Amino acid sequence: MHIIAFTRSTPDTAANVTVDDSGKVVWDGANIVNPWDEYALEEAIAQAKATGSDATVITIGEEAHEEALKHSLAMGMKNAIRVYEDSLDSTDSLTWATLGAAAVEKADDAKLVICGKESIDVQTDQHIYQLARKLGWVMLSNVSKILELSDDSIKVERTTDQGVQQVTAQLPAVISVLKGINEPRYPSFIGIRKASKATIPVWASSDLGVELPQAVTEVISYENLPERDMTTEIIEGGSVEEKATKLVDKLLEEKVL
Amino acid sequence: MSVFAWIETAHGAASPSSWEALGAAASLASDLGTDVTAIVFGENAQAIATESGEYGAANALVCEDASLAKFQLEPYAALLSQLVSEHKPQAVVAVGSSNGRELMAASAADTNSAMINEIIELSVDGGAIVATKPAYAGKVRSQIKANSETVFLALRGRAFPAAEKAGGSANITTVDAAAIADNLNITIEEADTQAEGISLTDAAIVISGGRGMANNPATPSGAVDDETIWKAQDGFANVIQPLADVLDAAVGASRAAVDAGFIGYEAQVGQTGKVVNPDLYIAAGISGAIQHQAGMRGSKIIVAVNKDGDAPIFKLAKYGVVEDLYDFLPALTAELKKRLGK
Ligand SMILES: Cc1cc2nc3c(=O)[nH]c(=O)nc-3n(C[C@H](O)[C@H](O)[C@H](O)COP(=O)(O)OP(=O)(O)OC[C@H]3O[C@@H](n4cnc5c(N)ncnc54)[C@H](O)[C@@H]3O)c2cc1C
Ligand SMILES: Nc1ncnc2c1ncn2[C@@H]1O[C@H](COP(=O)(O)O)[C@@H](O)[C@H]1O
Repeated sequence: MHIIAFTRSTPDTAANVTVDDSGKVVWDGANIVNPWDEYALEEAIAQAKATGSDATVITIGEEAHEEALKHSLAMGMKNAIRVYEDSLDSTDSLTWATLGAAAVEKADDAKLVICGKESIDVQTDQHIYQLARKLGWVMLSNVSKILELSDDSIKVERTTDQGVQQVTAQLPAVISVLKGINEPRYPSFIGIRKASKATIPVWASSDLGVELPQAVTEVISYENLPERDMTTEIIEGGSVEEKATKLVDKLLEEKVL
Repeated sequence: MSVFAWIETAHGAASPSSWEALGAAASLASDLGTDVTAIVFGENAQAIATESGEYGAANALVCEDASLAKFQLEPYAALLSQLVSEHKPQAVVAVGSSNGRELMAASAADTNSAMINEIIELSVDGGAIVATKPAYAGKVRSQIKANSETVFLALRGRAFPAAEKAGGSANITTVDAAAIADNLNITIEEADTQAEGISLTDAAIVISGGRGMANNPATPSGAVDDETIWKAQDGFANVIQPLADVLDAAVGASRAAVDAGFIGYEAQVGQTGKVVNPDLYIAAGISGAIQHQAGMRGSKIIVAVNKDGDAPIFKLAKYGVVEDLYDFLPALTAELKKRLGK
């Protein structure tokens, strides 16, 4: 079979992110692979090896996302594809899911899609579910372990808000994986060299045989956070008991207890 | 027409945060000049629909089919999508619990509708729904306008006031479950093991411990594998938990504490953990790294307890206590017990 992972680039988690005067989001750090996707990539590589499958990583978006694809190749994914065209509104998840589903369908014998839990930048947590629905595949989110994977079925352990469950589903399926499912490998030196030379094909909607859908959402603006009009009050006192009393006074005044 | 509010149910009861969805749906409905329809699936849905009426829903669509007894994405989405196609609501509102987010996104895809998640503010501008949500780990915000007949909206928990119980009654209609394709059938082999304690994202008060939890002066009575882990775990159990108990608070942690094995991953607050926005957040032995801030900066009042007065967490805190947490927290617990009469 063919296992597909999805990934994207995000600003480094430690970067300062602000909106500049022209209303554009800018940041001061490098781009990294969306941290959640490292678990997805590791799982795709490991499962592909265990089942003798092909492994392809896909990103949808502008050239900045190529860094994540190169990282994926360096880790050991076999093929990488970027889906993009100029008129794409990559902030619209419905457009994303339509193109994503078409790209998965184009891959030979694709039966399992593995995604990270969430994109830490756009914070949507919706792409994966929409992808599964557009494919008409079963969706298993928050997978903490793949217990069995065969040519036609998958058994996983999922961690939901309610607790842990074991689920068996027929393939094809889309899953999202949690931190802790594995220990993502670091790309090897040779892997990095090979990946840096790779040319990554870019597919447009016409290559995928779909029409670029009309975006149904539109980001009208980005804004900096409102200033916190707050000063920190350090609770002083001669003993911890005295400080505890003062702090409780404050918290009662704030009506948060 | 109408605005749908999805009432999440578990173990035959509405989850309390559902009334936030109903509250937000009601205010949206009044801006749009329409009313609210509660969507209730699962065990005991009929009674929960009646309760939704008391909270202000004018109508309710109810299904108690056995296939919907517990949340499962495929049958839930199939029915919701069908109801949306039939009734064409202007919006479908849910609280963005993991089930809420999945369901909203799935039905939005089925019906080619707009979907916005993690919403902290909602408004109507010339008939169009505009939502504000955090982006880039809460470092900035974005405003998103939706352009589809029905708009799916998943709210951040605790960002909208819950509807009040006013004693109305809903016009209840029972509907049949929708068929799903064979390949979407899954087998759940092991029942959910109920998560213990108060959920982090719903809690009004959160107490979190960080790497500083390792500096516990207590010593293990017998031999232990790893003394640092023992100390930190003992601290979470015997210093943090008693404080959480007095305050009915949930317990959280920094990633450093989780990675070191002090506490389970489900407690992690931050960019790669949970996002919480309680009324009160107490950070103990946490330095306040930017990735941790991403998960808790929305808290109303932040209290930092750290023995290093220069720790970055103090910049974010309204109240700071520069003390060893192992000295201060027990004193705070004792004081709270006294003052709150517990
Ligand atoms: C991709 C990525 C994602 C990340 N995601 C997250 C995330 O989701 N959540 C998160 O929290 N972090 C996250 N981090 C990690 C983050 O950068 C910090 O390393 C982490 O938050 C530090 O945890 P800490 O504050 O507990 O530990 P430290 O930074 O080591 O701070 C410990 C603090 O405890 C104080 N202390 C020590 N002993 C005591 C005592 N006895 N009494 C009082 N105070 C004491 C010290 O003064 C110090 O300030 C992420 C990092 C990366 C790279
Ligand atoms: N532009 C993108 N290209 C490829 N994969 C993506 C993209 N956006 C999101 N994903 C995948 O979908 C997962 C969840 O994303 P999100 O719904 O944005 O939180 C991520 O962890 C990625 O695996």
